[in-house]
Amino acid sequence: MTAILRSSVIRKTAGALATLFGVAVFVFFMLRAIPGDQISASLGTEAAGLTEAQRQALVEYYGIDEPLTTQFFSWLANLFAGDLGFSVRAQQPVLDLTVAALPVTFQLAVFAILLALIIGVPIGMLSASAPRKARDFVGQALSLLGLSIPAFLLATTLLTFFAVNLGFNPNGLGYKTLFEDPAVNLQQMFLPSLVLGFGISAPIIRTTRAAVLEIRGQDFIRTARAKGVKTQRIQFRHILRNALIPIVTMTGLQFGYLLGGAVVVEQIFSLPGIGRQVLLGIQQKEYALVQSTVLVIAASFVIINLLTDLLYRAIDPRVRAE
Amino acid sequence: MSTTAKQQTQKGAGRKLLSSGRGAVSLAVLVILLGLALAVNFGLVGFDPIAQTPSDRLLAPNSTYWFGTDQFGRDIFSRVMSGVGSSSLISVVAVTIAAVFGTLIGLFGGFYRGLIDLFGTGVTNVLFAFPPLLLALTLASVLDRNWFTVAVAIGIVYIPIFARVTRGPVLSLREIEFVRAARSTGMNSIGIMFRHVLPNISSIAIIQIALSLSWAVLTEAALSFLGLGSPPPAPSLGSMIYEARTLVLIAPWTLYAPGAIIVTFVVALNLLGDSIRDILDPRSREVSS
Repeated sequence: MTAILRSSVIRKTAGALATLFGVAVFVFFMLRAIPGDQISASLGTEAAGLTEAQRQALVEYYGIDEPLTTQFFSWLANLFAGDLGFSVRAQQPVLDLTVAALPVTFQLAVFAILLALIIGVPIGMLSASAPRKARDFVGQALSLLGLSIPAFLLATTLLTFFAVNLGFNPNGLGYKTLFEDPAVNLQQMFLPSLVLGFGISAPIIRTTRAAVLEIRGQDFIRTARAKGVKTQRIQFRHILRNALIPIVTMTGLQFGYLLGGAVVVEQIFSLPGIGRQVLLGIQQKEYALVQSTVLVIAASFVIINLLTDLLYRAIDPRVRAE
Repeated sequence: MSTTAKQQTQKGAGRKLLSSGRGAVSLAVLVILLGLALAVNFGLVGFDPIAQTPSDRLLAPNSTYWFGTDQFGRDIFSRVMSGVGSSSLISVVAVTIAAVFGTLIGLFGGFYRGLIDLFGTGVTNVLFAFPPLLLALTLASVLDRNWFTVAVAIGIVYIPIFARVTRGPVLSLREIEFVRAARSTGMNSIGIMFRHVLPNISSIAIIQIALSLSWAVLTEAALSFLGLGSPPPAPSLGSMIYEARTLVLIAPWTLYAPGAIIVTFVVALNLLGDSIRDILDPRSREVSS
């Protein structure tokens, strides 16, 4: 590891830690803006929406009556001790719920990314192979639709179509993990990851197309052609390999869309993931659950971004030099 | 750039937009949709979007009810168009909030550097740490629910994008000769920022505004689908599609009418955004069609 790389790793990590702290402050104060201020000492007008047990749990968890800064730091201390609060509805610690929900969303995200690459990269390459011709038009139209069809509309339509016309509705029964029942699990994950994958295939098609077009015009490709390298080899070894750098970057940038889209898709397909956990928390006014879960999601997002960034620096010497 | 020269390029950009096929078609579609939304709003076509006619429940599309009726006998055409109207209002307000605050953060941070910049990029990084839809829905859940707070929630989510795309160019502009020259004539910083720097980042901001509108429409629709948009009975495309889930077997038009309109609406916005970007950003023209 060079000195430059090491110092940039330290700088990036410190930046990510500062961001995480800011995220914690933001989440803490955001949920204090709730109308009627359910979770502060007054527990005013809106408190009627909470059951006595819920109110009690909140009062205990937040150390209400303490000054805000004390509350904030005791909340942080609780988080570091692994206490994310207690869900009254589920009668379970939020930590346990989160540990059960995270792998569901993670699996969904990985499948969605794989499907997006399988759909997006070949279409982008085909598009670029004949710019402004029919197949380019089809590729561009597909990417436009991917950007324009809301995930909830596609999910609702696919769910109805498969359930009614093909009698295929694996999500109607209870959720099974990959280890409990791989066959059922894969069927349950298929449509949700297809919906999310279609959404992120759009930027992947566009990035692939633009990268391939740009690289194709460069001198080293002309040299390779002049040397008599086979077209197919140029396509894959020279062009695609170089195009992969922007494609990987673009794919990494889609994590945010994925985690947000997961809320919608998990809700429609009844997958017990982290997005659904936030939504249920909001609907049932379990603010400790919402607060901790949102923080966990944002934290994993920051960490994923940091890792992608560091990985990228390790792979691509040009980034390292900056 | 003198005022007249600038006006001329802007006029040229408008003409280019109309002469590009995509730009003209998408503008036409948007004008038709918004025209219909206004016409429904002022009672010129269709029916009252929230009036219930129990005798006309779940009618298929016909000459009276162009898109059919829903489970309460409400006219779906009027509801869809009214939904387009409220979605446009919310999206425009949201993107305005994001553009104003984001650009100011980028402008002040890039221009003054130092602590202001540190604070600005800090806020940007924190907001970027949340998946956009998740942040919008958490914000929407803690705010009072009406159309304006939905717009605020969506607006906050897109502030960091504007801050990030404007800050970089401001950083380089502050070192450029004409800005230094303005400073040497004794012009104050605020004057330099708004007279010399801001006009030169305006096309970047305009491109971003054009691209953000379609995201705002999609985010608003997703929020109302999840029950966190403007409260009922106000018609919204997302909540109409949510209600249609259980009706789709007996009355498919309840799903397909709002579905087709929202896709058309967002496709038109995306095409318009792409055309505006291609016209204002010479770099993107070479790669995209």
